[in-house]
Amino acid sequence: MAKKMPEIGEYKYGFRDEHKAVFQTGKGLTKDVVISISKQKNEPEWMLEFRLKALEQFNKLPMPRWGGNLDDLDFNDIQYYVKPSETQGKTWEEVPTEIKETFDKLGIPEAEQKFLAGVSAQYESEVVYHSMQEDLEKQGVIFMDTDTALKEYPELFKEYFGTVVPPSDNKFAALNSAVWSGGSFIYVPKGVKCEVPLQAYFRINSENMGQFERTLIITDEDSFVHYVEGCTAPIYSTNSLHSAVVEIVCRKNSRARYTTIQNWAPNIYNLVTKRAVAEEGANMEWVDGNIGSKLTMKYPAVLLKGRGAKGSVLSIAVAGKGQHQDAGAKMVHLAPETTSTIVSKSISKHGGKVTYRGLASFNRKSQGSKANIQCDTLILDNESTSDTIPYNEILNDDIILEHEATVSKVSEEQLFYLMSRGLSESEATQMIIMGFIEPFTKELPMEYAVEMNRLIKFEMEGSIG
Amino acid sequence: MSKDLQFKIDGLKASVDGKEILKGIQLEMKGGEIHAIMGPNGTGKSTLASAIMGHPKYEVTEGKVLLNEEDVLEMEVDERALAGLFLAMQYPSEITGVTNSDFMRSALNARREEGDEISLIKFIRQMEAKMKELEIDPQFMHRYLNEGFSGGEKKRNEILQMAMIDPKVGILDEIDSGLDIDALKIVAAGVNAMRSEENAFLIITHYQRLLNYIKPDYVHVMMQGRIVKSGGAELAERLEAEGYDWIKEELGIEDETVGQEEEFQVPMNTTGPKL
Repeated sequence: MAKKMPEIGEYKYGFRDEHKAVFQTGKGLTKDVVISISKQKNEPEWMLEFRLKALEQFNKLPMPRWGGNLDDLDFNDIQYYVKPSETQGKTWEEVPTEIKETFDKLGIPEAEQKFLAGVSAQYESEVVYHSMQEDLEKQGVIFMDTDTALKEYPELFKEYFGTVVPPSDNKFAALNSAVWSGGSFIYVPKGVKCEVPLQAYFRINSENMGQFERTLIITDEDSFVHYVEGCTAPIYSTNSLHSAVVEIVCRKNSRARYTTIQNWAPNIYNLVTKRAVAEEGANMEWVDGNIGSKLTMKYPAVLLKGRGAKGSVLSIAVAGKGQHQDAGAKMVHLAPETTSTIVSKSISKHGGKVTYRGLASFNRKSQGSKANIQCDTLILDNESTSDTIPYNEILNDDIILEHEATVSKVSEEQLFYLMSRGLSESEATQMIIMGFIEPFTKELPMEYAVEMNRLIKFEMEGSIG
Repeated sequence: MSKDLQFKIDGLKASVDGKEILKGIQLEMKGGEIHAIMGPNGTGKSTLASAIMGHPKYEVTEGKVLLNEEDVLEMEVDERALAGLFLAMQYPSEITGVTNSDFMRSALNARREEGDEISLIKFIRQMEAKMKELEIDPQFMHRYLNEGFSGGEKKRNEILQMAMIDPKVGILDEIDSGLDIDALKIVAAGVNAMRSEENAFLIITHYQRLLNYIKPDYVHVMMQGRIVKSGGAELAERLEAEGYDWIKEELGIEDETVGQEEEFQVPMNTTGPKL
């Protein structure tokens, strides 16, 4: 039978921990703030210069006038850096109790505990816990927080950092480049296939604190990695900003999969730039789940640079009251015989708004390439809306582009059918929704699929009747 | 449960879009009985089935449907199901992304207390056994609910669900349409295997052939939204041999149909009965 679910007012993850930050910058963004972040982190000179140059770009670049409404976003009202504790835990025992309690409250599934040896857990802006599974280490896989990677692997870092998403790309990429902190760094050497997904679990905890993590993943030739990132955030009354940059380089014949589930509190601006480059024969897969937030603007991209490269984006977006999910994907075909697949599933309810915004681009060298785009929307009530905005740029006449879009409602017939077998209306509705997003959940690791289903159940409570 | 299963439709009137389709149905069934409702197309047979189960399209304007003295018309659709009603539908919905087995397990667990859910192993064994009886490919467990099923596969799946749920009152709405003779025999065997003193079945059909395999205790003929004639199994045989005209003549009925339009909405994805 249906269980009582908390109302929106008591958002499940809306608790806060008492915790003392060791260092914080205060609100607002100035040159001094950027300098002090870099200094606090003992960064090399080139990184400080990179940050300062990015800050200039940030100040110059205009706010995007497309997508969602950013009018209420006040850059002066955001804290750009908070360091939670002096030392980073090397083993689980060293992680402060208070932080562990937060994880407990989040109900991290037990299966995930098993993976703790490989978990990079970001708490506030700094990675507090991080250790590596031994077998990965033996294989030469580097998996650490991005700050540490800068110190320990400066050459590798400098070779790739900022090459996929330059600071000048957009205003929020510039902002992230100026104030980035934390995130994951992964390098998988030639021929190494990581059998276990690498996972990071993190959350925003401090009011008005921006989270600007920076993730860089390099899969060398013939290698494979699956990186998984889940995220929940507590509820606060004032606006918070999350603006991450994720860069992925898939070298020849390698494969990378990046799985995210984000469940942001309804006051968060989630403005993320995610982009990958796929070289010859490489395969890049984005699996991207967006639940909550005030506004999400996120379009994972793959630049298909080498012959035969493949890219795919599989995403879901759920928008509730006062929420706008402006999400999609970009596939840029730059070489012959490249293929891309986009599957976008969106759900809007309680007056929520979902927009699919996607780009399929074929340049002059992309002969023999193929793109398939499928956008499905489920609208749960009459106040909610959905838009599909596909952009196509085609400079080659030897390509195939397929686009399918459907918009549906939970039908009376389906509800009647399920209820006639004894399921309550809310169970029946949930079942139809779960079925709708099944192409997404079936791609998730087991423990995340369970978590995902739980999140959706909470989200859907009150959507009925 | 009890041999005193009582199911009574008492003066049921129902309309769709303001047009009255059921004009006062009277019918009583007891545990162990099988009743057949026959009649030409468009006489309100399927409306009766849907109205009993609580389809939102049909508005009940008068009457009661009592299951052991309780009026199911006061209940939500799911409550009717939990009270013991089951409707094997003529056009079952397709639900993408939900496997047959997940759905079936949820339906069984809806009948059990929280914390007392059926164990996975027990469930799978039970479902596999029933599927074998109904000669359904075990792969159908993992198929999405009715998605891409042929007409006959959907019907068999309905009977599978009924066998798993084991209702007190099973209503079969034209379960024979779209079935070839072999499938018809299997479905009939499935129903016969369920038959006991503790349940009753209401079989809606306009062909007598199903009744060759499931022997009804009573046969009722519907016309113009009413039951116009009742009898034993021999009534069905006479209908098969002589058609419905003699009844119309006897009762002075010219047009036997009621609220025609709805019966003409034949979905695209169904196949007609193979004769």
